[in-house]
Amino acid sequence: MSAGIQTEAIRPSQGVSRPTPTGSAAGLGRLGLRGIALLYLGLMVLLPLTAVVVKGFGDGLAALRSALAAPGAVAAIRLTLLSSLGTAIINGVLGTLLAYVLVRFRFPGRGLLSGIVDLPFAIPTLVTGVMLVALYGPSSPVGRVLGRHGIHIVFAPLGILLALLFVTLPLVVRTVEPVLLELDPAEEDAARVLGAGAWTTFRRVVLPAIRPAIAAGALLTFARALGEFGAVVIVSGNLTGQTLTAPVFIFQLTSQFRPEQAAAVATLLFAISFVLVLVTERLVNRREEAR
Amino acid sequence: MRQGIVVEDLDKRFGQFQAVDDVSFEAADGQITTLLGPSGSGKSTVLRMIAGLERPDRGRIWVAGDELTNTAVQERRLGFVFQHYALFRHMTVRQNVAFGLSVRHEPKPSQQARVDELLELVGLAPFADRYPDQLSGGQRQRVALARALAPHPKVLLLDEPFGALDARVRQELRRWLDNLHRELGVTSLLVTHDQEEALELANRVVVMNAGHIEQIGTPDEIYNQPATPFVAGFVGAANVLTGWVWEGHVHFGRSAVKGAYHLEDGLPAKAYVRPHDIRLTNTESETSFGVTVDRRTNMGWESKLHLRLADGQILIAQLPNDELAEVSLARLVFAELRYAKVFRSDGEGEPRADLSTAEFPAAVPGT
Amino acid sequence: MSQADAPGTPRGAIECVRWARIALLAVAFGYVGILLIAPLAGIAWTVVKGGFHVATETFRAPDVRHAYLLTGVITVLTVVVTGLLGVVVAMVLVRDRFVGRRIVSAVVDLPLAVSPVIVGLAAVLLFGRGGWFQALFATRGIQILFALPSMVLVTIFICIPFVVREVGPVLQELGTEEEDAARTLGASPVQTFFRVTLPNIRWGLLYGVALSAARAMGEIGAVLIVSGALQGKTETATLYIFRALEERQDASAYLVALTLAGTSIVLLAAIELFKRRRIKEMGR
Repeated sequence: MSAGIQTEAIRPSQGVSRPTPTGSAAGLGRLGLRGIALLYLGLMVLLPLTAVVVKGFGDGLAALRSALAAPGAVAAIRLTLLSSLGTAIINGVLGTLLAYVLVRFRFPGRGLLSGIVDLPFAIPTLVTGVMLVALYGPSSPVGRVLGRHGIHIVFAPLGILLALLFVTLPLVVRTVEPVLLELDPAEEDAARVLGAGAWTTFRRVVLPAIRPAIAAGALLTFARALGEFGAVVIVSGNLTGQTLTAPVFIFQLTSQFRPEQAAAVATLLFAISFVLVLVTERLVNRREEAR
Repeated sequence: MRQGIVVEDLDKRFGQFQAVDDVSFEAADGQITTLLGPSGSGKSTVLRMIAGLERPDRGRIWVAGDELTNTAVQERRLGFVFQHYALFRHMTVRQNVAFGLSVRHEPKPSQQARVDELLELVGLAPFADRYPDQLSGGQRQRVALARALAPHPKVLLLDEPFGALDARVRQELRRWLDNLHRELGVTSLLVTHDQEEALELANRVVVMNAGHIEQIGTPDEIYNQPATPFVAGFVGAANVLTGWVWEGHVHFGRSAVKGAYHLEDGLPAKAYVRPHDIRLTNTESETSFGVTVDRRTNMGWESKLHLRLADGQILIAQLPNDELAEVSLARLVFAELRYAKVFRSDGEGEPRADLSTAEFPAAVPGT
Repeated sequence: MSQADAPGTPRGAIECVRWARIALLAVAFGYVGILLIAPLAGIAWTVVKGGFHVATETFRAPDVRHAYLLTGVITVLTVVVTGLLGVVVAMVLVRDRFVGRRIVSAVVDLPLAVSPVIVGLAAVLLFGRGGWFQALFATRGIQILFALPSMVLVTIFICIPFVVREVGPVLQELGTEEEDAARTLGASPVQTFFRVTLPNIRWGLLYGVALSAARAMGEIGAVLIVSGALQGKTETATLYIFRALEERQDASAYLVALTLAGTSIVLLAAIELFKRRRIKEMGR
């Protein structure tokens, strides 16, 4: 199974390879490539995001204040933060478990399990929402049974959590997996020979080595969950003050032609996830440099 | 016009690090020249600059009479053999060897013929359709050599070609390369940190250290007439004895060794003595002095002896066992040091390796 | 698993570890099964139960066909742009040394952290009424918003990291030795790229392209904002699903959703399979 995108996503791409050589033609070619790359990223990524920040905070905090005054705005942001936090914690724990199982155990169906973990990369996020509605919706048999016991998934916070868990599952797994692969199993054997039990071995030998990777994966999960729209918009029902999430709120502001307010909330959301991504890069860089 | 490879005043810096410092030498046409030095001495950088893979900050390069200083790599027509083979892993052996011909759009039949000829030459014809990952290290390096030779390069540059191989394969390939060179006569410049390899293969040796050249000479000159303390210590094993110069001798304690006539009296000096250049006797003479035998290790046909001088300095001698048979180690032993090379010890270029710190195998007590 | 801590007879300890292993496996399979497989099976079952006539009806509808076509066009354009420029960016990030390279590397990851909704909003701010570039294109009569160009642009934004992050590590591992060798053998930089570099990164590139394609096909948040979702005009397959659900045509929505998911899954699985077979062939 290939390491999924996010595994590599946060690998710094610096290394030991010599700087590429010479020749004035080659030098020109290199400058040309660098120019293309910088122009591409500048125009495609930085410019649009700058537009959002400028629009949102061009008049100071006025736009943000008026956006937050809207009914359900604060609730939407709180819901998004809480559900993202829950997602990061649950997938942080279970994603690590999955990575450990995939790397250390040999069992029939391992390849299959590894392939399934990558499914969320392939399945469109909207389709994720559709699937959850089809399975747990009020018109499905499962949904009816759960509803009779008072468990509501669709149009409820639980559905949002499920959707976020689904969409972000591979992130922690694929961040932790390569680190576990590099970890010499002999270290674990050594700990066992020295008398440590299985759990002690994991806690004292394995966990310290993979902790930065788990943190990186969990932060990435959190950042991704913060912005998720497709999977959530269908499952949540978008009830203002109850199941409205921040991205859906931004969407509503945009379609109500209130771009300033939309941009202000967007900047807030984006700033949080940007900081998280930076922290993630740092965590992973530190690991790479420590090696 | 000068043939072979000529480099003049090469300089190269990587950031703050002066990798190559004013290097000039000539690699004669049709011969093997080796660039010998410890890792980090700049020898590989010199080779890469000749190939065009690195751009010199200063200096000029000629190959076969043409100046190549500013020529693009792909137009230099030099063969380059990399330490880690650098075979194209997605191509078969045949495709690898044909690469240099096919990028120059040689006609297919002549490509075919040349590839067959080279695979025959390196003895890998049966492996033509294998991928590099299906070959052993020695086989891979032979493919790399065939690939470098295929486009009829003007010269062959080899960057630690045997460095990644184990000792036995290295010996074998070295002999094989020597024969191949006799057959083809292509001008070769070989970079190595292995002095045995350098001395065995080369017509001329260029010894480098810390970015500059220490000495250029034939293997014999390099070994027997080292120009600097660095060369004396790096090429071949040597004992280092420190003392003071007096009347052409280096004195240490009550002992002395000659060879310091070029130094003024009273200077601190170091004498480099090869372990093979020590004679032991039971009778004192004018040129010998008493030593204590600490340890003897019998290595079959010869023995290694740890000798202690009166002032405590340690000397290691290597002597054939039949010569040792005439000496009784139980009686007083006198050592005579021959061919000592003496350098001022306040000069620069401290030698890297000397025998007093070398590993010694399980000791056999002297008899 | 904690029982394995307790000192006991060796045999007992081994028993404990065995049970711990089984428990871990059960949790792993259980979690993946409930979270991922159950919904997939649920929707597949619903579609199959819906019967054949839903399929024929849905696929005959002109707006569905147009939606598929539009999704296809957007996906192909996105993949071409992010594929070509993604390789360039990866080469620059791995092989080039310049001040601020770390920052550029972080910029590449930004789209992973930015909500698609924000991307759509950005496009509206740039090209919409009063936007920075509105005048530039409006005077030339070029429609950006509520038309294909903006839909492709936002999709490209979202897909930028995939090829870069798949190709980068492969380039890193490849090193420069093979490229150096090619150049000493007389290959020009262009020949070196196509004959040595590209064959070595092709599986990473293809996998990145497949991830891009999967993401492009499924994109909704950004596209929903910039397209205006005009039925039969700027309605992609995902937008169709969105509308069909609102119009209570669940069966059609489920069907189209399943085809999108199926296409992406098959694409990724096929590339994975080819890659493995090829690697086996080369004896690695």
